[in-house]
Amino acid sequence: MLIRLNVNGRPHEADVWEGTSLLGLLRDGLHLFGTKNACEQGECGSCSVWLDGEVVCSCLVLAAQASGRDVRTVEGLAENGEMSYVQRAFVEAGAVQCGFCTPGLVVAVTDLLARDPHPTDEVIREELSGNLCRCTGYQKIIDAVNLAAERRPSL
Amino acid sequence: MDVLLPRTLPEALEMKAARPDARPIAGGTDVMVEINFGHARPAAIIDVSRLPELAMLRREDGFIHVGAGVTYTRLIRELDDLGPMTQAARTVGSPQIRHRGTLGGNLGTASPAGDALPVLAAYDATVEVASAARGSRRISWNEFLVGPKRTALQPDELILGASWRAVRGAGSFSKVGTRNAMVIAVVGLCLVLDADRQQVRVALGSVGPTILRATEAEHFARGVLERGRSISPEELDEFGTLVAGAARPIDDVRGTASYRRLACAVLARRALSWALAERC
Repeated sequence: MLIRLNVNGRPHEADVWEGTSLLGLLRDGLHLFGTKNACEQGECGSCSVWLDGEVVCSCLVLAAQASGRDVRTVEGLAENGEMSYVQRAFVEAGAVQCGFCTPGLVVAVTDLLARDPHPTDEVIREELSGNLCRCTGYQKIIDAVNLAAERRPSL
Repeated sequence: MDVLLPRTLPEALEMKAARPDARPIAGGTDVMVEINFGHARPAAIIDVSRLPELAMLRREDGFIHVGAGVTYTRLIRELDDLGPMTQAARTVGSPQIRHRGTLGGNLGTASPAGDALPVLAAYDATVEVASAARGSRRISWNEFLVGPKRTALQPDELILGASWRAVRGAGSFSKVGTRNAMVIAVVGLCLVLDADRQQVRVALGSVGPTILRATEAEHFARGVLERGRSISPEELDEFGTLVAGAARPIDDVRGTASYRRLACAVLARRALSWALAERC
């Protein structure tokens, strides 16, 4: 079926199987490979995207449910080839090892800091509880969130 | 696979009547897992996530009405009372899951581990369902949840929501699992102290084929409270034992039956102590 939706502010369309998830549409239909496919059951958060402004696991959204709606992916964060302040903080804090979980975490952290510019470590852990990382042990990710919070550009 | 995309409830009910084999999807946190893993290939899917009629959450005449499409995030934000339903909603999955998962999904899936279900049971909630042919009907929670992943919903019906009397009194939801987030309950327990009816109601999740009420323990606690004094440690133990006795657990990948019984007793003692401490 043909699905039309807005991705990162631009209209897109893709012809997908009816049972396809939003994740499948983004990757296989639109070739946006920043959003990762790992568990396909909402456990790992590596497919996190914004759907009408709310962070969701794109693997659990039926592609048809996203039709006509606004989706923002990790590809929408960099501007003019410049990493966002959250992406830079991840690099500088060394919060990336294999990097597979990073796009989902960057999305979740960007969303968190937009709502709560100075979260406590407890809030950070709670807010990122849906994003699994099997390499870092999380401490450097929390360091990256704190670093990003310090540098968050005023809007 | 046909995907049906109704915009209003009447349209959705007409579609469901015409395609009783259509599987409803809202947040997709259960349905999409089955599709992604190839465990389910429904002939049709009906998306109920855009129906405005299912999105309401309101307090009216001493009752709380929650539409089937209300997400856990909205329950936390809009109930705003730190009560058992808010506590249960906070234990569901992760922020991403809570943004999508709905109360109606918990009811429709009818897993014994559905976190909101012990709360509905402790509140003696009513479930409202509807069909195009017969209109809406209201069923008590225990008539709706008939077994593991089985409900009284007819093939042409959709779940509209649940409602319960707003209870004056303390209460809590507690859950045992292997971590704080992203966990399917090994045991879930909701205790409600209903000051208006002078009742203690206790409901258990994940320890039986469906949600169970610990009625013997409820009577015992009511008797103790009617005598108007604080509960003794022995009586608290007895209450825990009676709650554990109401469980009908099995051994499975998440825990053994004996561990679950033990956890029921521990959670029950804690929940009653908290409620009494809050009451004083």
